[in-house]
Order: sequence, then C-alpha cells, then structure tokens
Amino acid sequence: MAGVAVSTTINGDSVEYLCQPDETLLEVLRDRLGLTGAKEGCGTGDCGACSVILDGRLVCSCLVLGAEAEGRQVETVEGMAHGEQLHPLQQKFLEHAALQCGICTPGFLIAAKDLLAKNPSPTEEEIRFGLAGNLCRCTGYDKIVRAVQDAANMMRGA
Amino acid sequence: MNFDPRYSTRNFTAVGTRPIRPDGIDKVTGRARYGADFNMAGQLVGRILRSPHAHAKIKKIDTSKAEKLPGVKAVITAADLPDHTNGDAAMYDILDNCMARKKALYDGHAVAAVAAIDARTARQALKLIEVDYEVLAHVTDVDEAMKHGAPLINDAVFTEGLEEKPVKPSNVTKRSQFGHGDVHAGFGHADFVVERSFRTEQTHQGYIEPHACVASANADGTADLWVCTQGHFVYRQHCAQLLGMDASKLRVTSSEIGGGFGGKTHVWAEPVALALSRKAGRPVKLVMTRDEVFRASGPTSATSIDVRIGARKDGTITAAEATLRYSCGPYAGSWAEVGAMTSFACYRLENVKTVGYEVLVNRPKTAAYRAPSAPMAAFAVESAIDELAKMVGMDPVDFRIKNAAQEGTRSSYGPVYGPIGIGPTLEAVKNHPHMKAPLGKNQGRGMACGFWFNFGGQTCTDLNIGMDGSVSLAVGTIDVGGSRASLSLIAAEELGIAYEHVKAVVADTSSLGYNDMTDGSRGTFSTSMATISAARNAIRTLRERAAQMWDISVDDVAWEHGHAVARGEKHGNLGKLSLKEIAAASGTTGGPIAGHSELVADGAGVSFATHICDIEVDPETGATRVLRYTVVQDAGKAVHPTYVEGQYQGGAAQGIGWALNEEYIYGKDGRLQNAGFLDYRIPVCSDLPMIDTQILEIPNPNHPYGVRGVGETSIVPPLAAIANALSNAAGVRMTHIPMSPPRVLAALEAAREG
Ligand code: FES
Ligand code: FES
Repeated sequence: MAGVAVSTTINGDSVEYLCQPDETLLEVLRDRLGLTGAKEGCGTGDCGACSVILDGRLVCSCLVLGAEAEGRQVETVEGMAHGEQLHPLQQKFLEHAALQCGICTPGFLIAAKDLLAKNPSPTEEEIRFGLAGNLCRCTGYDKIVRAVQDAANMMRGA
Repeated sequence: MNFDPRYSTRNFTAVGTRPIRPDGIDKVTGRARYGADFNMAGQLVGRILRSPHAHAKIKKIDTSKAEKLPGVKAVITAADLPDHTNGDAAMYDILDNCMARKKALYDGHAVAAVAAIDARTARQALKLIEVDYEVLAHVTDVDEAMKHGAPLINDAVFTEGLEEKPVKPSNVTKRSQFGHGDVHAGFGHADFVVERSFRTEQTHQGYIEPHACVASANADGTADLWVCTQGHFVYRQHCAQLLGMDASKLRVTSSEIGGGFGGKTHVWAEPVALALSRKAGRPVKLVMTRDEVFRASGPTSATSIDVRIGARKDGTITAAEATLRYSCGPYAGSWAEVGAMTSFACYRLENVKTVGYEVLVNRPKTAAYRAPSAPMAAFAVESAIDELAKMVGMDPVDFRIKNAAQEGTRSSYGPVYGPIGIGPTLEAVKNHPHMKAPLGKNQGRGMACGFWFNFGGQTCTDLNIGMDGSVSLAVGTIDVGGSRASLSLIAAEELGIAYEHVKAVVADTSSLGYNDMTDGSRGTFSTSMATISAARNAIRTLRERAAQMWDISVDDVAWEHGHAVARGEKHGNLGKLSLKEIAAASGTTGGPIAGHSELVADGAGVSFATHICDIEVDPETGATRVLRYTVVQDAGKAVHPTYVEGQYQGGAAQGIGWALNEEYIYGKDGRLQNAGFLDYRIPVCSDLPMIDTQILEIPNPNHPYGVRGVGETSIVPPLAAIANALSNAAGVRMTHIPMSPPRVLAALEAAREG
C-alpha cells in the first residue's frame, strides 16, 4: 500500500510523516513519531488511555486515522508541561497520588484538560461523568477526582 | 551479619509522611516506559494464532504458506518449543499453555506464532497458517465439569487427596481439607443453622496495560527480555527453563508496569517471543491485544460454594462448614485450597471444616487476582454470617465481634494467630459515622469482613552510598503502585537522612540477586525488611569509617539521625560526622560504602479488613448504585499512607465491579463472548462514589517497623458487603455474583411472587 504524506501540528510543532491509509493516529504517534505517552489499552475506543486533543476536541487516537490529522492540531500529554513547569493537573495528580501504575494517567490528564477547558469549575458529578470515558483499574478514581478538583481550583485562582 | 526482624517501637520521622513518588514525574509527562514503549533496532512484530475452539485435537499445522509470504521472518509452533521441563508437571503446563502441544484447551489457546517486518504482514501470515482441528466436546462450567460423564479435559488426571485412589480420570485434580473440632457435634449444639449455596462468575484483573515484551535472542545463546511483569526474576527462570538456557544468560529488565493484580505473575507470550527471536535471528516485539488479554491471559476462578453455619441463641457460632469448587482452567491449580483456607479465617471457631475441589474446565488457565480465591469464599461465608446474625436477632457487627478471631485463636486453616486486626476493624466500623448515617427508600447498608495471608519470600536489596552522600537503592521487587516511594522512605528512616537523598530503582536480573515476585502483598513488606537490613549493614560500615577517621574504636561510635557520634566522655570533643562527610572521605578510608541484604522475609503478618457499603436498588430495573463506601483495614504500619489508601480504594473498586457487573460470558460453543472493555465492563468514574478509608496500625511483630502487606485484603470484603447491603435494601438474598441488573430483577420478581 502506498503511504500517505501528512503535515500536521503536534504540541505546537509542525510535523510531517508518511503513514499507511489504515494506520491509526495512535500508531503514528507511538510507532512513527516516538510519542509513547498515549497508550493503547484496548484499540477499540473503550479505555481512553490513548486520549489526545484534536482541534480542541477530545478523541481516542486509536479511533482516528493518522491521515486524518492532516492540517490539524494535535495535543498529547508530552505537550502539557512547559519546560520544567508542570501543568497544574500534572502537579495535582502527583500531590494527590492520583496514579498508582500510571498507565491511565496520560489519558486522564488529557481528558481532564479538555474538561476544564470547557468547564472550569465542574462539580464532582461533572468530573465523574466528564472522565467516564477513561478507565483506571488501580485507584478507584477517588484520588483522580480530588486531583482534578484541586487543579481546577488552582487554575481558577491563578 | 544476623538481622533481627523483630518489631520495636520508635518515633518515625520519614515513615508515615506523604512525599511525591520518585517515578511520578515520568508518569505525568508521558516519559515513563511501559511494556509496549520499548523498541529495539531491527525489531520484528510478533503475533500469535489462537484456537477458535474450546477443546480440539490439533491434527496438523501447515505453516508453509505463511513462511513464503514476503516479510515473514519466522513461524513457530509447539515443535519449536521442545520440552525441556524434565518431568516438572507445573512447568510442562506452563509450556503447554504458552503453545498448545496436542490439544487446544480453550478459546484463545495459542497454537502458532509469526514474526514479520510489520504488523500488517504478521496479521496476513496468521491467516495463511492452516490448522487441522478435530473438535472435541467441551465444558466451561465448574459444576458441569464435576459431573459424571462430563467431557474430560485431561484423561491422565486422577483426583488427588481422596481417601481411596480413584480408578477413573476426572476433571477434579485435587481435594483439600482444613479445619479442626467436630462439626457434626457443633451443629448439634446450634439453635440456628444457615445453609446456602453460592456462585461467583469468572472475572479478569483488568489491568489497563496489555502484556507486552521485546525479546532479543543472540546467536551466542544469550538473550535479553524487556517486559512488563510482576516478577522479572521469576520470568527469567521460567523462560530460561522453557527455552533450555542458563538463567544467567537471560537478562530480564522490567518495564514500568501498567497494572497486574496477579495477572502478570505468569509467562504467556514471553517464551514465544524468545523462540521467535531465536528462530528469526532478530529482536521481536510481542504485544497482546485486549481481546487476547481476555481470552488468553489468566482470569480468576469461577466458583460454586456451599456454606453451613450454626449458632447458639446467645450468638456463639458452634460449627461452620464449607465446600468450595473453583475452576482452574485446563491445568491443575490450588485455587480452591486457598479458598478453603481463607473461608473462616476471621472467626474463632471450635468446630470448622472446609473442603476444596480444584476443577478443570475449558477456560484460560486461572491466574492470581488480588488475594486470589479469598473474595469468593468471603462472599459466601459473610453472606451466611449476616443471615445467621439476623436469625439470632443480633446486629451483624456485634455478632461478628462476638465471634471474631483474636490473638491466640487457632485459625481455621491451622496456625495460631499473633496480634491481629479483625477485632479492631470491627470496633472501628461499629463506631464509624457511616454506620449511623440515615438511609432513604430502596437503600440498604451492608458490611463484611475479609482476611488475607500476605507472603514474605526471597528478597535481595543493594543500598549504595555515593561519594556525595546520596543513596541509590536497588530493589528487585517490581513497583506496582508506589513502592519506590515507600522503600525510599524506609531507607531514609533507617539511615536518618532526607527522603530526597534516596533514589530507588528496580534493578534488572543481572544486577541483583534473586527476588520473588511482587505478589501476596509482599512488595513493601519484604523489600522494606531487606532495605532496613541493607541500611543497617551500611550503617555498620559508616560507623567503622567514622571510627577510622577519628582513630577510635568502632564500639565507641553510634549512629544517630544520619550522623556518627562518638560515645563516651573521652571522645567528648569529637563532635559528629555526617553521612555526607563520611561518604566524601570513603576513597581514602577503604573504598565505596554500601549495604547489601539477602533474606527470606518470614513472618508476613496476616491482614484483616472490614468494609461498609450503602447501596440503592431500582426495583423496576434491578439496577444498583453504590452510594457510600468505607474501608477499614489494618496496615501494621502505613509507610506512605497515601499509597496505602490507594491500595484500599483500588481493591474496593475492583470488588465493586466484581460484585455488580464483571463476568466472563461463554456461549454454548465454548467461546468467550465479551472479550473487550465494552462488554466486560469495569467500573468507570461515574459508577463510583468517593471511597473513604480508615487505616489502623496494629504492628506486625515480625517486621522492624511493624509493617504488614496492604495490597490485597481490600478486594476480599466488597462482594459480601454489597450482597449484604442489597439484601437489606431489597429484602432478597443474592447468591450469584455478579449481581447484575437482570439477576437482581429476577430475584426481586421471585420474591414478589413469593
Ligand atoms: S486504546 Fe484507544 S480507547 Fe483504549
Ligand atoms: S493508575 Fe493504574 S490504571 Fe490508573
């Protein structure tokens, strides 16, 4: 199969790659671009571990084709911190121990970032429903919800 | 040097604080490398062909077409994994499970594998492999498999543990029995007896990271394996044995692990990846899909359990009995045995008897899942205990307190308990505000207790002090949820330095001595013991060096708060030497300073928990909602309380999923029908409330700091706590887990019809 040439923007940088027409954005990120922050937990859109933000929309990158990123903006977990400065969500996830194994963490951080962009002061219930597309098997979500609440406070206060 | 592991009281400075974990930053920035995040130059993609049949004889496998496909570099079958197990039956089962030899024993059983230049080619190649199967009758249900005339999974299996040696093969591999006293006489003294049968369905650990590895076998007989595992030393041993190599020639490096819960304690794909790499002469990366994880890794047992408990009018239990049947998949296991041991471990019983049956079925080989076998037994026993309390007319907490095991109680599985936490967790629950909170319509509250053993095991740790005074701690137990933070705290505590000056890493199998895997809640328990021992050895050297620097006897040098201090009046003017100062001089006082430790961590303290749950039932649909949940558990000593809470919460959440929703569903054809997260639904954020925790600290007498394992017990009570809550909310006794809406609705309707 002939490859597709794609020009896109990832975490603010222009990126060009060749991919197969049936290759997912997740495969491109992980296998072609070395951005392994997004994880594959299922490959079927059920776990959210592969979450990225595409033109301001939260998507499962395992359900998006690499070719579809043409001309668009992709945000991944690798782009959340600014140099040494962690994003408030990253900081609060650490402080609250909102991760145990951490495999779900990149997906949760991206989903929470998207949630707070749309709703800067979510209730507990809004957080719970907002993050219901992301699976975590370790934490029981308690500390994740608290970390997001705390980050939201910090971001509003700042 | 002899290490004294006994507990002694101390004022902790580092232990009990809640610093940020050392591996945290990599995990929130996406830099941490998990199983599938590692790559090697020139690596191939490995894929496995799996049986679509639950039970079938493999008559012939033709790989010739696949081999001819351009881009395919190796195709293997069982013939490429010759039997090196030398009569070791358990290893042979592992070998057969990695790649079916004569028969495919479950839907998803590996039968062949390929390595190709890319995923697409590998997938195509799998389609070109022709397998000629003779489909055999199958059985997937644990009770059906025990029946006379059930299809035999292995006709060389004769039940062990029976009084008379059986003459006919059976699907029951073993019978085991525990207990003491005379249950018959005990029931004779009972005023009330509860007798019930229970079932639980098979569940999966549901770790979000699928199994993944990169194997690189070299022509000189050495090999490297990079893998997500709970025990890289065990993986090394198993892989080396299955491939007929020296263990020392196989270096296994553990990646970060994206959840295991017992499911990453067994090799499945790793020997296959190594065999592929050996045949192809290139590194091979093998990552399971989610479908493969469900079909072909190791879920927990499905069970069928009968319980009978009798009590006097005053609430004293006079006799308790249970028969437990646990599915093992197609290979022998000891799952029912563990269930039989744990069933009544919370109670002080004069007459108790438990019998376990290990049952073969055409399902994947059962693997450990967090306190393996205990939650199902607790579900049955704690449900019956609740019912009995009602019959007696006692509050369920008081009834349990009256019968709870204590220090000195002979446990139902044999040993006599030391200081234990079951009584204190019950008292804490009795006084917890949760127990007094009001309930609304269709809402009910339940509670239940749980027990788990905890293991110790072989442990090896190195503690190296750098010339700048910072400390590298190399451990050999995998960090599954924050143990590098806990172990750094322990090293800091013992050395008397700041947490920030310790950096813990998990060493590979060539850099450290053997370690058992992280299971049985042993990670922090055993490695903290080894870390304390290593630190004490290092302190001895530090004192010797200080003595040398001062030119006094080492007996006059004590270690206090990270400093050598000269003892005695004659040395009054010597002051102190910090660890940093001693380390800086190490080049001229005898070289590097380190402490090592190799030990078997005996004396893992048993662990108890009591949970409270409020639930609401919709009588129209049978749907349920957990409204409030509280975990009370004894930690011995919580090294990093936040991560202890995390273990409590995570176990409770997994238990809630198991209780209400999760189950393996097999079709009549013996194939798994819900091999994905859409249809095997684990709890999501919106399904759960906050999970409150209360940590009790009843020191383990066999650990210097009193630590007990905390990882597993939290999954034991939820099934029963929820069943009891549901029974109180809806007035029906649920005997089949999961209590999914259709089952709840059916129970409600049956009750209504009366
Ligand atoms: S990997 Fe994309 S949703 Fe699970
Ligand atoms: S921290 Fe392990 S899956 Fe969320």
